[in-house]
Amino acid sequence: MNQFENLKTTEQEKTAGSINRDVVLRTKGIGKYFHEPVKFKVLDNISFEAYKGEFLTLVGKSGSGKSTLLYCLSTMDTTYEGELFIENEKITGKKTDELAALRNKSIGFIFQFHYLLPEFSCLKNVMLPALKLGKHSYQEVEEQAYHKLEMLGLKDQALKPTSKLSGGQQQRVSIARSLINNPQIIMCDEPTGNLDSKNTQIVFDIFKQVAHDHGQTIIAVTHDNDFAKASDRTIELADGKITNYDKKNFD
Amino acid sequence: MRKKSVNIDIAFTHIFTRKKQTLVACLGVTLGVAVYLFMNSLSGGFSVYSRGEIFKNSAHIKIYKEDKISKPFIESSNENELVAIVNPQITTLSKTLVNPQGLLDKLKKQGFLTHAIAQVNVDVFYNNGKSQLKGTANGVNVLEADAMFNISSYMVGGSLKDLQGNLGGIVIGKGIAEKLNVRLNDNITVSSSYGITKTLKVKGIFSTGSALSDQSKSYINISTAQQFVKEGPSYVTTIYANTLNPDAAPDYAKALQQLTEYKVEPWQVTNADVLSGDLVRNTMMGAISLSILVVAAFGIYNILNMTVMQKINDIAILKATGFSGGDVIKIFVTEALVMGFLGCLMGLEVGGILIAIMQNVWMGPPVGYFPIYFSPQFFMSSFLLGILATLGAGYIPARKASKVDPVEIFRK
Ligand SMILES: Nc1ncnc2c1ncn2[C@@H]1O[C@H](COP(=O)(O)OP(=O)(O)OP(=O)(O)O)[C@@H](O)[C@H]1O
Ligand SMILES: [Mg+2]
Repeated sequence: MNQFENLKTTEQEKTAGSINRDVVLRTKGIGKYFHEPVKFKVLDNISFEAYKGEFLTLVGKSGSGKSTLLYCLSTMDTTYEGELFIENEKITGKKTDELAALRNKSIGFIFQFHYLLPEFSCLKNVMLPALKLGKHSYQEVEEQAYHKLEMLGLKDQALKPTSKLSGGQQQRVSIARSLINNPQIIMCDEPTGNLDSKNTQIVFDIFKQVAHDHGQTIIAVTHDNDFAKASDRTIELADGKITNYDKKNFD
Repeated sequence: MRKKSVNIDIAFTHIFTRKKQTLVACLGVTLGVAVYLFMNSLSGGFSVYSRGEIFKNSAHIKIYKEDKISKPFIESSNENELVAIVNPQITTLSKTLVNPQGLLDKLKKQGFLTHAIAQVNVDVFYNNGKSQLKGTANGVNVLEADAMFNISSYMVGGSLKDLQGNLGGIVIGKGIAEKLNVRLNDNITVSSSYGITKTLKVKGIFSTGSALSDQSKSYINISTAQQFVKEGPSYVTTIYANTLNPDAAPDYAKALQQLTEYKVEPWQVTNADVLSGDLVRNTMMGAISLSILVVAAFGIYNILNMTVMQKINDIAILKATGFSGGDVIKIFVTEALVMGFLGCLMGLEVGGILIAIMQNVWMGPPVGYFPIYFSPQFFMSSFLLGILATLGAGYIPARKASKVDPVEIFRK
């Protein structure tokens, strides 16, 4: 029995109208080599599109290149061939400072390991990207951060140091952080890899809400077939190539 | 403004959450800056002291008749004549300056001179009973000489004023008094190479701290000196002048050289040996104190380097969430600067206290209090150097942090 079954219907309605949806992220023939210990092609001619408001998952065997692809999409890895577009703007070839600003404004990250800053409170962790963006005053940012934490059911934990939180709570804080600047795209590498089924369900619900209610795009690498199956669309990778753009049957 | 403050906010959080490391780094700088300040003040104090010693015996500028040496051969324009070769010898017949009053008047018109006095220096023998001592008697106008060399400040017996107008009086160095076994108001016999012998009453004893001059030098009235060399009141061997700025004495000397054919010599030339010793000492002290400062800066470097290593995940996260390399540099340089700033302030305080303590250490005559020099300039330079050193030491790890590749970190 799939724990995400009840959500499937709405997802299918959405996919039906996907043809006319706006493209948020697009890759054109992305390829990447690793040279150590021997030269090999880890990504081969990856071209796909991600749409506004889409909850997209990336699956594939271990070592198929999912994480590597995600780092290229995230603009943190710039040593690839081919081209990357975000909101119709060519990202490939931009300077590192421009990329940093772009990440700050348009991309949110969630990692398998939560990577919160241990010296700061949960609230401050969530606030930092917004303070960096500098669009709102400190008080406004604080308010927004409280709001995000509340959305994730963590309002009462806001002022605790991050080390005092459970793994699932920490992951939710890092989700709140990824959402604080209302980015176009949220990328995650195995966001539920360390979570039990209850916390996995919470994270899934948030992602769905973010994608469908707020129109933000989620690109999540996952090993969890149920999680992938319940998402809007699943792209499958094998040996650095896309083998399926809309995987339906999970074994 | 907001963007800046978030970097500073992060830097301060790092500092507050690692108080111990911060304190260690601060103390390193404190020590470095304190020692640097102290050593420089010491060096400066010695310089001032040694300069004071020099000016007890030297004026800023000395004008005298240089010994002329005869040419070793006499050339001839006529080819039939031979060239005569003679042993070179001093051809100066008299050391007197012609028209000293005229020259003095000219000197006194120069705006940059504060004092100018005429003096007659006579080579003499001091006698008391069987003991005899060779030396130089300085014939001076007592009040003018005192204004120039500040002789009364290092009198250890009697009074310089008692010599004023007292043609039968003499003020001698402490060394002379000891060697001839004479006391205040005793008589000594002084004779010159011109065959003049006079009995003079010791009206004062001075101690300059230099054994050499204390054992040979004495002051007498200028007219007494002129009598010793059988000359009249227009006989003057040396003119001394003080200037507004002793450091500029070589330039002033050049200007004065235009006024006279006699040799105009700045004190730096007269005391070149002492000054070169000072230079060596200052250079050594500077090198030592600077290397201590470098060691202190190395402490900051070490601690920040460690912080960067430990915080490599945090740096990766910051970069992933949109902080640029420049932001990361700002964060860590801010940390270094805060440590440096606190360390410098404490260092100046500790250094200042050390100086104050040393200043009150009584060394006894002729040195007096320990010669250490309280100068705002040294405080400024110590502070700036301390900040500069921490800036340099902080920048290297900060740069390293800015180069952290988040992908590499997340892959682990
Ligand atoms: N820095 C690197 N240098 C050399 N090879 C690497 C490097 N990082 C990853 N690889 C290799 O690239 C391939 C793809 O790695 P990647 O981490 O993208 O796989 P993945 O699909 O995310 O696997 P998993 O599901 O286990 O996380 C693997 O064969 C891996 O060994
Ligand atoms: Mg992976």
